[in-house]
This record gives sequence, C-alpha cells and structure tokens, in this order.
Amino acid sequence: MSLDLGGPAQPLLTVQGLVKHFPVKGSGLMRRRVVRAVDGIDFKVKKGETLGVVGESGCGKSTTARLIMKLLDPDSGTVLFDGQKLGHELELSAYRRQVQMVFQDSYASLNPRLTIEESIAFAPRIHGVTARAATERAHALLNRVGLDPGRFAGRYPHELSGGQRQRVNIARALALEPRLVILDEAVSALDKSVEAQVLNLLLDLKDEFGLTYIFISHDLNVVRFLCDRVMVMYLGKAAEIGDTEAIYERPGHPYSKALLASMPKANPAERMDEPPLAGDPPNPIDPPSGCRFHPRCALAEPVCSQSEPPLLQLGGDHEAACLANMSGSGHSLAPSRAP
Amino acid sequence: MALTLTREKAQPAIVLRSPGYWQGVLARLSRDRIAMIALIVVALLILMAILAPYLAPDDPTRGSLARRLKPLGTPGHVLGTDELGRDMLSRLIWGARLSLVMGVVPVPVAFVLGSAIGIIAGYAGGLTNSIIMRTVDVFYAFPSVLLAVALSGTLGSGLTNALVSLTVVFIPQIARVAESVTTQVHRLDYVEAARASGAGSLAIVRVHILGNVLAPIFVFSTSLISVSMILAAGLSFLGLGVRPPDAEWGLMLNTLRTAIYINPTIAALPGVMIFITSIAFNLFSDGLRNAMDVKT
Repeated sequence: MSLDLGGPAQPLLTVQGLVKHFPVKGSGLMRRRVVRAVDGIDFKVKKGETLGVVGESGCGKSTTARLIMKLLDPDSGTVLFDGQKLGHELELSAYRRQVQMVFQDSYASLNPRLTIEESIAFAPRIHGVTARAATERAHALLNRVGLDPGRFAGRYPHELSGGQRQRVNIARALALEPRLVILDEAVSALDKSVEAQVLNLLLDLKDEFGLTYIFISHDLNVVRFLCDRVMVMYLGKAAEIGDTEAIYERPGHPYSKALLASMPKANPAERMDEPPLAGDPPNPIDPPSGCRFHPRCALAEPVCSQSEPPLLQLGGDHEAACLANMSGSGHSLAPSRAP
Repeated sequence: MALTLTREKAQPAIVLRSPGYWQGVLARLSRDRIAMIALIVVALLILMAILAPYLAPDDPTRGSLARRLKPLGTPGHVLGTDELGRDMLSRLIWGARLSLVMGVVPVPVAFVLGSAIGIIAGYAGGLTNSIIMRTVDVFYAFPSVLLAVALSGTLGSGLTNALVSLTVVFIPQIARVAESVTTQVHRLDYVEAARASGAGSLAIVRVHILGNVLAPIFVFSTSLISVSMILAAGLSFLGLGVRPPDAEWGLMLNTLRTAIYINPTIAALPGVMIFITSIAFNLFSDGLRNAMDVKT
C-alpha cells in the first residue's frame, strides 16, 4: 500500500480550474473554433469516498476522467494528488501507479491477443515485478474478483462474457495497487443482474483495499446506491456538487432537478408524461451566454443569459451554480441579501 | 494488499490454456480447400525452381537455328522450342528461379520497411504522422507500373536494381495499410489502459500494437506477391530486369512476341506460367485473409 501523506483530512485528489478545449477541423480561413469539452471545473475527492459524476452524453464526464488520468493534457488547470502537485512534486510514473481506470467497453479495453493473466500481469511487469510474481499477482486478483484462475487465466477475452471481462478489467486496474480508481461507465454495458454483482464486488474491493472511487455514470439509481458525493456536470462545467442525499433530496440546480425527475419511477402514480428536459444540450462549440443551462431552464429569466453563476454554498458541502440561489443576482427567485 | 496477495500465492494454479490465435488460423486455413490447392501449387513451383538442374531435360541456353519455333509435342521438345531453338520446357523450369525471386523477394523486404514506417507514423500521430504519410503519398500517387519502370530506368537494368525498384514501389502501399490499422488500434481502450499503467511507447508497441496490426499487414503483403510477379515480368519484358540469355518468364514473353503470328501457343506459354503463379499466390492470400479475419 502506498503511503498516505496528508492524513485522512487531506483530499486524495484536488482538481483546480481544469480546462480542455478540442480544436474543430474547419476551413483554415475561419476563426479557430474549439469544442469546450471541459471548461473550468474544480472539485475535491476525499480519501475513501466515492464521488459520482453524472450528466448527459457529451457533458465532459469522460474527458474529465481522461484529464485526471493524464491520458489527455489539460489546456490549463492543476491536479493535486494527496497534496502533491502533479508534474512537480509528484512524478507522472509514480502517479500512474496510484491512479487506475476501468473503461466502459469491456471488450475494447482488453488486448484480444493476450490471455487474461498476461493482460493483468502487464502493468506490474512494466513496473519491474518479475514475471513469476506478476503472474501470481494476476492469479490472486482473478481469485479476488471471483474468477477461478485455473479456468480463466489462460483464456482470451473473446471467450469470456461481458461481466467476466469487466471483472478482469477491475483486476487489471488493481494490479498496481492503486489508491484511486476511476470507473468510467464501468457497469453501464452490463445486464442488470450482472451489474448488481459487479457493484457489490466494487464495494467489497473498496473496503478491502482502502480504495477511493470516481464513479462516472448516467444511471442515477446506481449513483445513489454507490456514491457518497455527486458532481452534476453540464456542458463542461460543474452545475452542482454535494452529498448524494442532499442532492437527491434537495437539488439546488434546476438541471439536477430535471435529471432526477427523469429517473424511472417504480410507482406508477409518480410517473409523468411530460419530459422533464426538452431538446438536446446546446453545442459545446458555442455554449450559451451567461448560465449555460438557461435556454432549457424552467426558471430562466433575462438575467440568466447575461451573467454566469459561480458555484454557491447551499449549506455544508453542498454547492450549486444557479442565479436563483444567489442573493443579489437580480433573479426574481433569489433570496434577499443575507441579514 | 501486498500481504493478501503473498498469502494466496501458496496454491499453484493449474491453468487451462486456450488454443492461441495462430493455431486457430492454421486450423481454419487447413479446412479451406481452395487455399490449400493454391498452397500446393506454390509449393510445387518453388520445388520446381529449386530442382531445376535435375528436372530440366535440356540446357536452357543451348539453341539451334535448325529447330526454331517447333510446335508443342515435338519429340525431344515436349513444349516446343523458342525463337532461337532453345527447349521451352527447360527454359520455363529454369525461368521459375528468377521469376519467383523477382516476385517474392521485394515483398518481405517491403513488408518490414513499410510496416516500420506505417506503425511509427500511426503510433506517433499528429505532425509526425502527417510528414511521414504525405511523403509516402508522393510515391503512392504514381501508378505502380510507372513508378517501377521509372525507378528501374533510372537505376539501370539488372536484377538487383529491378528488385530495389519493386521494393520501393511496395513500401508506400504497405506503409499506408500499416498506418491505418495502427491508428485504429492506437485509439482502442486497451492501449489507453496500457498508457495509464505507465508503460512506455516501446512496451506498448511491442506488446499491444504489433500483435494486433501485423496480421492484417501480412495478409495485404501476401496479396502483393502476385502483383510483384506481374510487375517483375513487365520490367523484364521492357529489358529492365533480367538480361538475356537468362531465362525469366517476363523476358521470354518479350523475346517470343515476334513469334506470336507464327506459333502463338509457344509465345503464350510464359504468360501461362505467370498466370498460374500469380493466381496461386492470390488465392492463397485470400484464404489466409479469411482464416485470420475471424471476429471472435
């Protein structure tokens, strides 16, 4: 186990002002246009917690994951891992050992020409573990994720089911004994019954190895089950961050409200016919002025298209970026200036 | 965590091994009847070239003006004689040597060089990729026959120069295929996962890229052997490859073309050999592609 530096109060991961714009290929004469995939987000991940990241397709969830993993270079912003600034106090290779990722597509994330044990043993081998020890570690991990090494270690990915492959991917991510695991839609492609098994496995592994998770998903029920805190993203920005219960019970941002209203309900009486959100998310090349959500927002007022709301504390850790919560913002629902 | 792992390693697992990829390819290939026939034909041709001194009934360079252009079935000359009275059967058997060398040798050389160029370009991406691939495109823009003739003409006639120019013709084609598969594989999650685990470029290319791109490049390259055969014959036909009196099918086709009105069957024989050889290589590479191209 890697050493814990700053004690339990120190956030494991601190992300500050992370920005990633992708250039769009267009005619050379035109102004250089960019997709604002991630447009300035700040958040912290506490030690031992699970942070859920939710939002529509294209809101920058996966880009954020790849930026944290350093698979993409951010345009600006810093990442602190256990208080150490990445690239300064903390070498990239040392960081790589402590942060691992599980991808959504269980098949594409395994090399089809390698056996399961070779795939799992690859990363330890890179970091100087002997072939024997790496294979033994692979077998132990397979055992731990519920796959009999005798039956599975010598097989190829196409001989496994989706759930089995995702267990292999989890084992592979754990092979370097990381402290932070990013799960990017890791269970979204699985059957509901298999998904439940894998979720329970994730919970067990977290306790056993003292892991911290960033759980990216569009399934709000799963996020509520698994996550301690949630970040709601909209068009490359954080709309709301807070404890899971706080957000699910008292969403502070109209977008979070709409997302939660879109969850399937078990009780027919609670179902509704009207879609809670109309239209597609706006083009991230040309995000709306002011609050990015205002063209689709039920509470939108003229002021919303003029000024962009910052993240505001709603109590405790709960923060939301909405002018309707901001005293003195000019929004008619805004609370009067604090006494 | 380290502790748990060390404790669990006490029980040695007996691991069931699945048959590897190449075993599967061989099994599927051996069930492909056409590919197997093509393979046998190729093997016979190679055997014929190796055993030419023992198989050929006559000296391929000894002619006699007294027996020029004898038809098929002439006693002592089963396949007739050419325009200088040399035994056709012997010349066809000896011709297999140079024709196969010219057809086959450029392809593996171009496979190694073209794959290296393409994989580097595909893996590097960005500007490096653009510089390498646009340079390759300059060569690719020429029709292969024209490029081969132009290069051979510049370098001068002769076997070595013909081989060099054929190799240069194939490098861009193979590099383009290699670049496109490498770019595809490079984007896959398992390469990302390998990068995320801190592996260097060399380890990623060796373990994760090569194994997944070499098969398609290899299949494409085998299909070039038949093209190479025909181009080599063309170069010899134009006098840019093998020099007379050496026997080579393309060159024989050239020297016999004057006889096409007198004895067309004899004049067509080298063409038949080129046809059989290139078809056999082509069918075999088709079979190989089918055997490898199983999405399981």
